[in-house]
Amino acid sequence: MNRTTHPPDRWPAPVRNGAAATVPPLPTRTAPRRRRPTSQQWAAWAFLAPVTLYLALFYAYPLYRNVDLSLRDYTVRSFVQGNAPFTGLENYHKVFDDPTFGPALTHTIVFTAMCLVFQYAIGLAMAVFFHQHFRLSATLRALFLVPWLLPLIVSASTWLWMLNSDSGVINAGLHAVGADPVNWLTSPSWSLTSVIIANIWIGVPFNLVVLYSGLQTIPANLYEAAALDGASAWRRFWSITFPLLRPVSAITLLLGLVYTLKVFDIIWIMTKGGPADSSTTFATWSYRLGFGNLLPAFGPGAAVGNLLVVAALIFGLVYLRVQRKQALS
Amino acid sequence: MNPGTGRTWWKTAIGLLLTAIMLFPVYWMLNVSFTRDQHMRKSPPDWFPVHGTLDGYRTVLNQQLPYLATSLVIGLGTVVLTVALAAPAGYALAKLRPRGGGLLSFLLLVAQMIPGIIMAMGFYAIYLQLGLLQSVPGLIVADSTLAVPFAVLIFTAFMSGIPGELLQAAQVDGAGTLRSFRSVVLPMSRNALVTVSLFAFLWSWSDFVFASTLANGGAHEPITLGIYHYIGNNNQQWNAIMATAVVASLPATVILVLAQRYIAAGVTAGAVKD
Repeated sequence: MNRTTHPPDRWPAPVRNGAAATVPPLPTRTAPRRRRPTSQQWAAWAFLAPVTLYLALFYAYPLYRNVDLSLRDYTVRSFVQGNAPFTGLENYHKVFDDPTFGPALTHTIVFTAMCLVFQYAIGLAMAVFFHQHFRLSATLRALFLVPWLLPLIVSASTWLWMLNSDSGVINAGLHAVGADPVNWLTSPSWSLTSVIIANIWIGVPFNLVVLYSGLQTIPANLYEAAALDGASAWRRFWSITFPLLRPVSAITLLLGLVYTLKVFDIIWIMTKGGPADSSTTFATWSYRLGFGNLLPAFGPGAAVGNLLVVAALIFGLVYLRVQRKQALS
Repeated sequence: MNPGTGRTWWKTAIGLLLTAIMLFPVYWMLNVSFTRDQHMRKSPPDWFPVHGTLDGYRTVLNQQLPYLATSLVIGLGTVVLTVALAAPAGYALAKLRPRGGGLLSFLLLVAQMIPGIIMAMGFYAIYLQLGLLQSVPGLIVADSTLAVPFAVLIFTAFMSGIPGELLQAAQVDGAGTLRSFRSVVLPMSRNALVTVSLFAFLWSWSDFVFASTLANGGAHEPITLGIYHYIGNNNQQWNAIMATAVVASLPATVILVLAQRYIAAGVTAGAVKD
């Protein structure tokens, strides 16, 4: 990635006072690196050509089309005829003035923050627990991956039925302990909580696996030394595990942030953002504007989507920065 | 490193309990898939499928097979396309060190951050003009965007670990760049190949966003849409809905059982790069 042309290997210059005798010679490479020949550059780009073309056609161009969509007044008819009038930032104004904007912003922030906090906390607790040696530990840890591997439509429809007001198993459980049933998906005050619960369930395995791999890099002798000093398990967690896990935690949380910002399937399948926008986020709002109505509003839909792209890219760049810093250190 | 079972059995017990709580929704999906229609709204619900029925699965076989077949074709197509694009790219980035390779890797990382909704809307606009909506190749291409950046990065990381001496030896024997790729690098990258194929298949099998924007109402709809239509049209027959969900989960289950370590490796490689 950051290969620079190396200066030709040199032997250390002879030192007058004879100290050089103790200085080992610079390591010589068996095959001195030369500037790659031009033919090899050509070969490399021949191998990269398909992916480069692919990125341009299937990432850059759709993104460009999306920006273009957001700056024009598109209808289904103008889509086909290709004569949508250019309206500048009007779609963005429309979106900002829309009564859905405020709630969608709040829900996106609440959804992302709650999911991140709980997925991370539960994932970390599970990772620490399964890091211990006990029978079946590896097998059970593997089983924890199941929620993450299932298609989102499967998870979403299972939660949909589990949270059903009349026949759902969650309300049956609440009834068994004497609590009142909750209208999880049909009441505006609970719908956001419901989709957050489902999404936390889906996200825990990812946090578990990544944090577990981080735990494995912490040297065991640190714990042995602390145990000899009489540190309690809680103390060892706060003084060793948590601080040493910080780089991995940062990566996990930032990646989780980028992933959670764009969560769409779960919310759409479970509540469609409703009732009455009570679980609408930017992702579901964008989809509803573009595809959820009989009369699609592609322009405003694309505008909302582009706001989401900007947010994802900002956090994405932060993620890359953190990761690069860690790779250097 | 040999803790007596007497000291750790309670940890195993807690571990089992935690796993049971975590997997309860999966169990419930199975349980409901066997429940009879008339018991569906029973309160409290049957906790075990004691008076079970296979009606739900019969319905799947009658109604959902075309959807499953479409998903299978799209999944395999996505795997082939992803590997064909990503393996050579990984080789070039890892071993041939092209100028501008760093920028390309950076763009691939950024590409993974773009929300699927946005890609779907862009694809919709383009496919509408090209007449590719509701087509299987169109969905394969769209679904491959989920996996290609990840795949290139995995291949690059993995192929960087192949010793340069091997490639030099191949060169001495007169193998060109293409030949070394085919006869040395590719066979040695089997683990990366497996990881990439698994994820490409799983992601395209599970895709809902592209399916519902690009394939909705067409002749070839994947299984995710099959379930979605089911929920929409019919919220009585939950045993059939859940039976379809169970069947749609089979690839994930099989992959988890057969290739657990590849999955774990893939998850971490996506987040924490060495």
